[in-house]
Amino acid sequence: MIETHYNSETKQRIERAIQVLETVSDPEIPVLSVLDLGVIRQMKIVNQLLHVDITPTYSGCPAMKVIELSVEAALLEAGLGPVQIHTVIDPAWTTDWISEEGQRKLREYGIAPPNTAERIARLKGDAPRIACPRCGSEDTVCVSEFGSTACKAFYKCKSCLEPFDYFKCH
Amino acid sequence: MIPKDHLFDFMLIHADTSLIISQRLSEWCGHGPVLEQDMAMTNLALDHIGRARLLYQYASELENAGRSEDELAFLRDELDYKNLLLAEYPNTDFAFTVTRQFFLDAFYIDLLDKLSGSADSRLAHIANKSLKETQYHYKWSSDWMIRLGDGTEISHEKVQNAVDRLWEYTGEIFQPAECELGMMEAGVAPSYEELSDSWHQRVNSVLAEATLKKPQSTWQQKGGKTGHHTEHLGYLLAEMQYMQRAYPGLDW
Repeated sequence: MIETHYNSETKQRIERAIQVLETVSDPEIPVLSVLDLGVIRQMKIVNQLLHVDITPTYSGCPAMKVIELSVEAALLEAGLGPVQIHTVIDPAWTTDWISEEGQRKLREYGIAPPNTAERIARLKGDAPRIACPRCGSEDTVCVSEFGSTACKAFYKCKSCLEPFDYFKCH
Repeated sequence: MIPKDHLFDFMLIHADTSLIISQRLSEWCGHGPVLEQDMAMTNLALDHIGRARLLYQYASELENAGRSEDELAFLRDELDYKNLLLAEYPNTDFAFTVTRQFFLDAFYIDLLDKLSGSADSRLAHIANKSLKETQYHYKWSSDWMIRLGDGTEISHEKVQNAVDRLWEYTGEIFQPAECELGMMEAGVAPSYEELSDSWHQRVNSVLAEATLKKPQSTWQQKGGKTGHHTEHLGYLLAEMQYMQRAYPGLDW
């Protein structure tokens, strides 16, 4: 995110921006910062203007507008403006961009993080095995492919009987 | 080079189809047969709204006449909408909604896959983004076709009835409009003959697993892509456009 040819002042401004964005959270999943979520694709400074590229998770996700506004507001508030937000859709967002830190936070929050094994299981035509974020059991069942937000599916653990959200692979 | 108006028309066919099916699916909000499916259908609606926006934004830039995505979506008259007739067919019941979705998803899953390698890079990016979402839609709609078809006597009867009734709206999907022919020629859109073959393969295999019969009738409706719609679209637009018509420029 930080280009090498930047002078120290520019570098500092971007480093500060990254620190600020660590505090901007996803409105639907408040434990995740926008950096954990992997939606901030690039930041650069051209003619004093701070450009921030944001990619949508799902194209119709209503949280995206809120995320854009909170990113802009947070940067302005920290005195890092002027800011210009761009929406980029290529390359398309993937759950692979959720940071390891983000995965851990999701699990602690009670949401099973996206599981690459799921994608492989699907390719083979097998039913994916999603571990329960509470008890760790893999004896779980999908209740609905579509959960409370566009990015989640709804599961139930057959061992501890708790329902939980699964952040589906995308 | 493809003429810009061909690209523009092509964007409208698919943006309108996404917008209209989204409006239909949204009608289920709060009325789903069970909570999980109520949420599933509104999730589908949301993805379609998102796709429609990306396509309208592109269409608006192509047209370059100062019409915004909102004006394209909300301020045209019925004759200017180019959506597939299938998308405007009323929800009727859950079996109709699932069947309508399945017929559309079985088309879009292959169309978007092909378009993600299109020579038009903006279209390719939109297709690539939407394809990921459509894979979930297809899984949902094909699973429910099988579950209802191979379910109880009543669910079987209902979904077979929906298949029989909606069949006449499926032929239009593969009858290329002028803009689509132009885009195929330029290598920007895939061949609809090929798409039709893969659609039939998907439909045959899901209907067989669902123990449903494929309709034999060959007579097909057409007109959506050229703005000749069924009587259902006008009512839908009246409801959908009400706010923008009553309060021009309304934003939130």
